[in-house]
Amino acid sequence: MPTWKYYLLPTSLPQAFQYIQSHGPSCLIVSGGTDLLLEIQQEHRAPVDALIDVTRIPELNAIEVRDERLFIGAAVPLNQVSGSLLVQQHGQALAESTGQIGGPQVRAVGTLGGNVGHALPAGDGAISLLALDAWAEVASAAGSRRIALAQLYKGPGVSALEAGKEIIVGFDIPLQQVGQGSAFSRVMRPQGVALPIINMAAWLEVRDDHITEARLAVGPAGPVPKRAGDIETFIQGKTLNDALLTEAKQVLHTCVQFRSSPLRATSGYRDHLAEVLLKRVLSTSWHRALQSNRGRRQE
Amino acid sequence: MIEIKVNGKDYSLEEKPGEMLADLLRYRLGLTGTKIGCGEAECGACTVLLDDSPVLSCSYPAVKASGHAVLTIEGLAEKSPKPVHEEGQLHPLQEAFITKGAVQCGFCIPGQIMTSYGLLLANPDPSQEDIKAALKDTLCRCAGYSAISEAVTEAGAVMRSEGQITPREVPDSVHARRVVGRTAHRPEAFSKVTGEAKFSDDLQFEGLLVGRTKRTYVPHAIVKNIDVTKAEKLSGVRAVLTAADLKHAKNHGLVVNDWPILVGVGERVRYVGDAVAIIAADTGEIATAALKLIEVTYDEQPVIDDPVKAREPEAVQLHETGNLLKHIKVRKGDVVAGFADSDVVVEHSYHTAMTDHAFIEPECSIARVNEDGRMEVYVGSQIPYSDRKQVADALGWPEERVRVIGMLIGGGFGGKEDIMGQIHAALLAERTQRPVKVLYDRHESLLVHPKRHATQIHVKVGAKKDGRLVSVETELYGDTGAYASLGEKVLTRATTHSIGPYESDHAKADCYAMYTNNPPAGAFRGFGVTQSAFAIESTMDMLAEKLGMDPIELRKMNALRVGSVTSTGQVLHESVGLLECIDKVESELRKRVEGNPFDPRVSDENPDKIRAWGFSTAFKNTGLGGGAPDEAGADVELYADGTVQVRTSSAELGQGLCTVLRLIVAEELELPAEKVDVLLSDTDLTPDGGPTTASRQTYVSGNAGLHAAKAFKQAVRGVLAEKYDCTPDQIEISSGQVFICGRGMSFAEVYQEFKSIHREPKVRYVYQAPVTKPLGQGGDMHFAFSFAAQAAEVEVDRNTGEVKVLTIIAANDVGTAINPLGLAVQVEGGAVMGLGNALTEAFLTKEGRVITDRLARYRIPSITHSPEIVSFIVEHPVATGPFGAKGVGEIVSIPTTPAITNAIYNATGYRVDRLPVDQELIARHIHQDKFVGK
Repeated sequence: MPTWKYYLLPTSLPQAFQYIQSHGPSCLIVSGGTDLLLEIQQEHRAPVDALIDVTRIPELNAIEVRDERLFIGAAVPLNQVSGSLLVQQHGQALAESTGQIGGPQVRAVGTLGGNVGHALPAGDGAISLLALDAWAEVASAAGSRRIALAQLYKGPGVSALEAGKEIIVGFDIPLQQVGQGSAFSRVMRPQGVALPIINMAAWLEVRDDHITEARLAVGPAGPVPKRAGDIETFIQGKTLNDALLTEAKQVLHTCVQFRSSPLRATSGYRDHLAEVLLKRVLSTSWHRALQSNRGRRQE
Repeated sequence: MIEIKVNGKDYSLEEKPGEMLADLLRYRLGLTGTKIGCGEAECGACTVLLDDSPVLSCSYPAVKASGHAVLTIEGLAEKSPKPVHEEGQLHPLQEAFITKGAVQCGFCIPGQIMTSYGLLLANPDPSQEDIKAALKDTLCRCAGYSAISEAVTEAGAVMRSEGQITPREVPDSVHARRVVGRTAHRPEAFSKVTGEAKFSDDLQFEGLLVGRTKRTYVPHAIVKNIDVTKAEKLSGVRAVLTAADLKHAKNHGLVVNDWPILVGVGERVRYVGDAVAIIAADTGEIATAALKLIEVTYDEQPVIDDPVKAREPEAVQLHETGNLLKHIKVRKGDVVAGFADSDVVVEHSYHTAMTDHAFIEPECSIARVNEDGRMEVYVGSQIPYSDRKQVADALGWPEERVRVIGMLIGGGFGGKEDIMGQIHAALLAERTQRPVKVLYDRHESLLVHPKRHATQIHVKVGAKKDGRLVSVETELYGDTGAYASLGEKVLTRATTHSIGPYESDHAKADCYAMYTNNPPAGAFRGFGVTQSAFAIESTMDMLAEKLGMDPIELRKMNALRVGSVTSTGQVLHESVGLLECIDKVESELRKRVEGNPFDPRVSDENPDKIRAWGFSTAFKNTGLGGGAPDEAGADVELYADGTVQVRTSSAELGQGLCTVLRLIVAEELELPAEKVDVLLSDTDLTPDGGPTTASRQTYVSGNAGLHAAKAFKQAVRGVLAEKYDCTPDQIEISSGQVFICGRGMSFAEVYQEFKSIHREPKVRYVYQAPVTKPLGQGGDMHFAFSFAAQAAEVEVDRNTGEVKVLTIIAANDVGTAINPLGLAVQVEGGAVMGLGNALTEAFLTKEGRVITDRLARYRIPSITHSPEIVSFIVEHPVATGPFGAKGVGEIVSIPTTPAITNAIYNATGYRVDRLPVDQELIARHIHQDKFVGK
């Protein structure tokens, strides 16, 4: 049986929902398809009657400032996300992470919506979006709703979207103000599947050499991408220095538990790497926040 | 409808369910320059430009390209700013790929070029880092990454009208002659950069059926029942065959006929890739659907997944001959006395992983019964005559009724020596009387073909205080998997080389080649020596440390040299360039590093990164050796236009045999290289050149070509002497002409002279290499050895344990460099493959089931892993080699792994004794205290 019978490319949301309705349960929404098509081909998913490709819908292709937030369309290819000056200005962590997903050919086709919709516990795009306090705009035939990114996940590979009914339109993040900065980092291993052993993103607001607000997201630290709230609270109001980092590492271990995955990493190694990444992303965000404080152009 | 512009031409095509862009391009438009290497968006071979952006056409829905412009390799030359190549229009990128030697097997090249073109459109003046970033996921298993990078840089300059494509700077051979020893470009390079080159899957036949194979997916079982009735009834299915249909040979095999063509009811399944049924159907989808309708029941048996387990007395015996394929023994002197006499003894155990060749072109065989009732098999094979015999045996036909037509090979590395789909395709073609294609996808390729042997090696070395080796003892367990393949030969090589390229009065090696329920293991570049070199070279560094000696000094003191006696009792009479290799690498190393290069240094740029160098040497036999007759035939024929063709069945798999044969024959016949055409791998048209294995073709087929050219000259002299009534020695052949008593005659005229007396202007010569002795008898086990030394500089991230190889310095003793450019890229590719063996590659199984069954799970080095490679060629000629040449295909790859792992030890104190390197274990070693209990 072929992977799909009908490959449909709606050019508007209403048309997409019309297709969804007419094909009923045997349809899937696809964006770049860089993971999904392979999953069907490799029989991890059943073949479908129709694939409804959302990449031609204009609303899903915008990157623009709306209502004091930066909107990034779900179907914007990853290389355009990472290359966008607006994204680099307002969400460096996102620019960094989307620049590392897959290879160049995959990034030319794969999308942020797909990366998030795929719901991997350590999706690079999702981890940085979490740290950037992103919200998703989700549309259905009945209308659209906004949902905090963390609420989009149910479990590994399972999103909270109503399958075959809802479409992610895009994500929005707050515009970056003076004194704010973010960063993303990950560690891979050279063997096996090209997924991070661990990844992390941070966002900091710094005023007068003190952290006034912090967000930190860590993967894969559970079935879904998650924030490390205890760390965020712990570092708030403090100055980032070696002593704080040392303490923060201890807090990290109490609030983030990793598991061992055979052939990839033991929990002990992940614990160790978490400390390494914590230092990296906090230091980088801190410096970026300070730089922006000094009114310099972001790197 | 799909409205698509391809290479400037508009097409309007029906939509097909499930069709990807690569399928549309290849199978509907016949644009077969776009290759499919993995079908899973990992290798980049299928890259085309979609509106100037590189995309992976193997996983890009064709319909999605509707309304867009696609550019494939076939359309690139038209984008050229100027005509640039004598063979036809080429884009500067294509020309640069040829000129820089970036083209090897050629299968990935269209993808490399298209990815690079996309880069240059977006970024006309890319930096090295930009090139690495853009080509990160466009894999080249021949690993011509340095040459590719150079080609892209220069092509970019040409496109900006800022420069031109210059030849790559490669020194001529010190033994250079008129054409031998001077850089030449591949005769087939033009077709490889334009997409015209044909690999098996690029052929199209009227009425072609798709053949597919039902695999067991159980590692060990007895087949209880096979029911194919439902599959046979499916519309579009043309034949379903099982073991019950095998009327002649039941098994195939290269040395031992132990590999079932199909496993029948009541018979033993020995690994997950065993075949129980084959199907021919109108389309791939029907064939796949039919496979699912075949019902097989198994009586599953306990799985033997480890060679040590296989040797236990109570283990189930997988073959009638038992689980021991071979106990291989090397004995020299008395190791017990030797250890007693030693001042220092060091011993250690090592494990190496199974690894996969991961050639980018998966296996493909097409068989058809031709108009004369003969079977034609089109396949990229390393041993066409062996394929012919095995196919003929299965059909019950005389060998002459089968013709194997060798296609280009998209990488082999030893992995295309065994039968894969050849017999299945022929059986289905015979049954259906229609052409049948058996093409493996990447998953099937990974599952089925033989791997590099996983080994367990224990090494014990004893030395005097001054460093002189006294005694070396090794014990090896080799996992040869379900079937013998070349296991015995591979593990013999592993064993005889396990002492390293050193002289020790006392040596003892024992190897147990064991059958298991893992995928079979067979030939893979290095042929067992990759594994044993890792073990002995690691141990040599441990010994140096214990003695407080410089590791290079220790190796120099013990290195094989002329007059040395090897562990198998062979006296080396000539061509032992090991010391010079060591010297070359050492002097480059000392030039680059102040102080001890083996001390750890903190990186100037990042205090978390520690750098150090590591050193290693290696040797590797040329040719089959061990008493096996080693011969190759070659024809030389003159054509009416004055050109000459040299023919042998030996295989071009990217290593450059075409060029080497062309140069050797052109040299001997005093012709310009372009006047010599090379035809390979056709059992009707080319004499048997033997297997393309064991680094033997330059030497053995090269000698066949050389001697055929000499014989042809004799024939010319004979014919002309008679006609012109002079003695043969009055006839001179020089400068592309034949001189009879001073009167010049062109080769075209010589052709006419032959025809006028009804003689064919062609000769055949069968070259027999010097006789060798079997292991255990002493004397010359091999007629030549190649030698090498390498130093690798690594950078280890002390926080994460991540390892990056920065630089490799390599020196290889190759006898004579016949084609220095081809050799240069082969050296680089070999080092990168060795790097993969050290750092990225592990073919994993669990209880006989394959975990790494997709390319996404089996990572091979990409351009981002490619270090700076500095290469020195050492040329100690072999008297019997063609112009002094010996083998080079394997030696270039062997020392890399231990050079890297020794460098890791020097940087961190962590001794890698299990491959591939596990960065977590390095981090644990550095941060021991913090990892306790976790």
